[in-house]
Amino acid sequence: MDVVEKQLYASPRNYRYLITTSIILFGLFIWSLTAVNINNIEESGLAIAQNIILGIFQPDLELLLNVSDKGVLYLLVETIAIAFLGTIIGSFLAVPLAFLSASNIVPKPVSFITRLLLIAIRTVPALIYGLMFIRVIGQGPFTGVLTIALVSIGMLAKLYVDAIEDLDTSILESMTSIGCTTFEKIRYGIIPQLFAMFLSIMIYRFDMNLREASVLGLVGAGGIGAPLIFAMNAYRWNEVGSILIGLVVLILIVEWSSNRLRNKLVRG
Amino acid sequence: MKGNMLMFDKLFPPKQMELPNGKKVMEKRSPIPFVILVLFIALIYSIEVTDFELKILFERGIQFFIIVLEMIPPTWEYLPHLWQPLMDTIKMSLLGSVLGSVVAVPAAYLAASNLIQRKWIVNVTKILLSILRTLPTLVTALIATFIFGLGTLAGTVAIFLFTLAYVGKLLYEQIENADMGAFEAMESIGMTRVQAFRYAIFPQVLPNFLSTSLFCFEGNVRYAAILGYVGAGGIGLLLNERIGWRDYASVGMILLMLAITVFLIETVSEHFRKRLM
Repeated sequence: MDVVEKQLYASPRNYRYLITTSIILFGLFIWSLTAVNINNIEESGLAIAQNIILGIFQPDLELLLNVSDKGVLYLLVETIAIAFLGTIIGSFLAVPLAFLSASNIVPKPVSFITRLLLIAIRTVPALIYGLMFIRVIGQGPFTGVLTIALVSIGMLAKLYVDAIEDLDTSILESMTSIGCTTFEKIRYGIIPQLFAMFLSIMIYRFDMNLREASVLGLVGAGGIGAPLIFAMNAYRWNEVGSILIGLVVLILIVEWSSNRLRNKLVRG
Repeated sequence: MKGNMLMFDKLFPPKQMELPNGKKVMEKRSPIPFVILVLFIALIYSIEVTDFELKILFERGIQFFIIVLEMIPPTWEYLPHLWQPLMDTIKMSLLGSVLGSVVAVPAAYLAASNLIQRKWIVNVTKILLSILRTLPTLVTALIATFIFGLGTLAGTVAIFLFTLAYVGKLLYEQIENADMGAFEAMESIGMTRVQAFRYAIFPQVLPNFLSTSLFCFEGNVRYAAILGYVGAGGIGLLLNERIGWRDYASVGMILLMLAITVFLIETVSEHFRKRLM
């Protein structure tokens, strides 16, 4: 037996595990196929698909470059404003919740209950919060802001907690030993450690919130989603095209700049 | 970035300080006051654009908590009506995720700059993947309902496209960072590029690919839950209907079932992802 053969036989064999997993996966796949009903496809589907593609390649340039408050540019600014304000509010509300659920700061039961609350907030989809807030405040961008703020809290607090639990406490001990007051310890020992991390988390969440905000318009919570759904329901695919182009370009720009900013923040 | 810094230094010249030994040093101005000013202006402008009013919030905000309290306790009698749409939601996300992950492999192959020599193929594939990834799933689903009609097929297509873009992007990044030594060796003994990819690169990226696909599937279950709002099948349709009827106790039941489903799927998927790592 030469070296190559030896190596071949030495490789771990877990065929039985692999085969079982594959069979289960295949079974689930077949089971999931039953969900799709091809009979539902309408004859006009192909024609509509063609129209959509034509519309996207021949966007309504006037709508796209219009600066009035009906144009795509203004709608995008409104969407950014919703995401921005929502992120700011959410990130302030998340700070106390994060400290309350950090197990190295508060007693175990308190942190456990706050964690459950955060999980509950996170599980509900943003769209549902949007529909609920519409019942409370009515349609409009204000509803969008509140929805984004509430949705952000869950994830922001969770990421904050990770940063808080990673705090380097030896710095605080050395500050105590040279006689710093509690305020000084917070100002010079804790804030510098957390600030960059929190800021990076906030920027990341802003990036996500922008996507959420662009969708919230579909339920009437302001931003670019509402004109999008109107244009679609009226089969005005040129308008749909210009709105989608604006949206995709905006999200790509924000994603790119947020990645750069966060890299700068984390690497110092 | 350097250009910006220079302009910043010209606008706000560094402060000069004299040390006790007579040496002059320059302290760079911190950009923080400038950043805070910009953020503050953005904040004021956003408040104006979005009609943000604290007064309304204080007057009506309590209503939100009333709605939340109405969800507890949930209507248990509503549970039997939920199984079918819930299963539909899971089937939609499973089918979309499996198909999307499988199609992501050739897409990632075409987008990997170390495997494909023609620059334009790589760039076109990358741009297409970025566009697909940025389109919100709900918007894709809405477009899909126009083409494939109302129902689960539209939702499956939307999830398929998102998974394709998401897994495709992470996979081509993996491929581009993979060790090319084995690939070159296999090519030099006469294998075709696809064969060399199959035996040299694919085993390297396989664990990560499966893990990403599982992770994407977890997220897709959450997305699929709301796709029904635009008529793309699943449990979202019921959610929308019940909120419309102000039947919040049933909404509570739906959300509870959704939370349990998501939790179960995440636990199973996390188990497999840990094994893969």
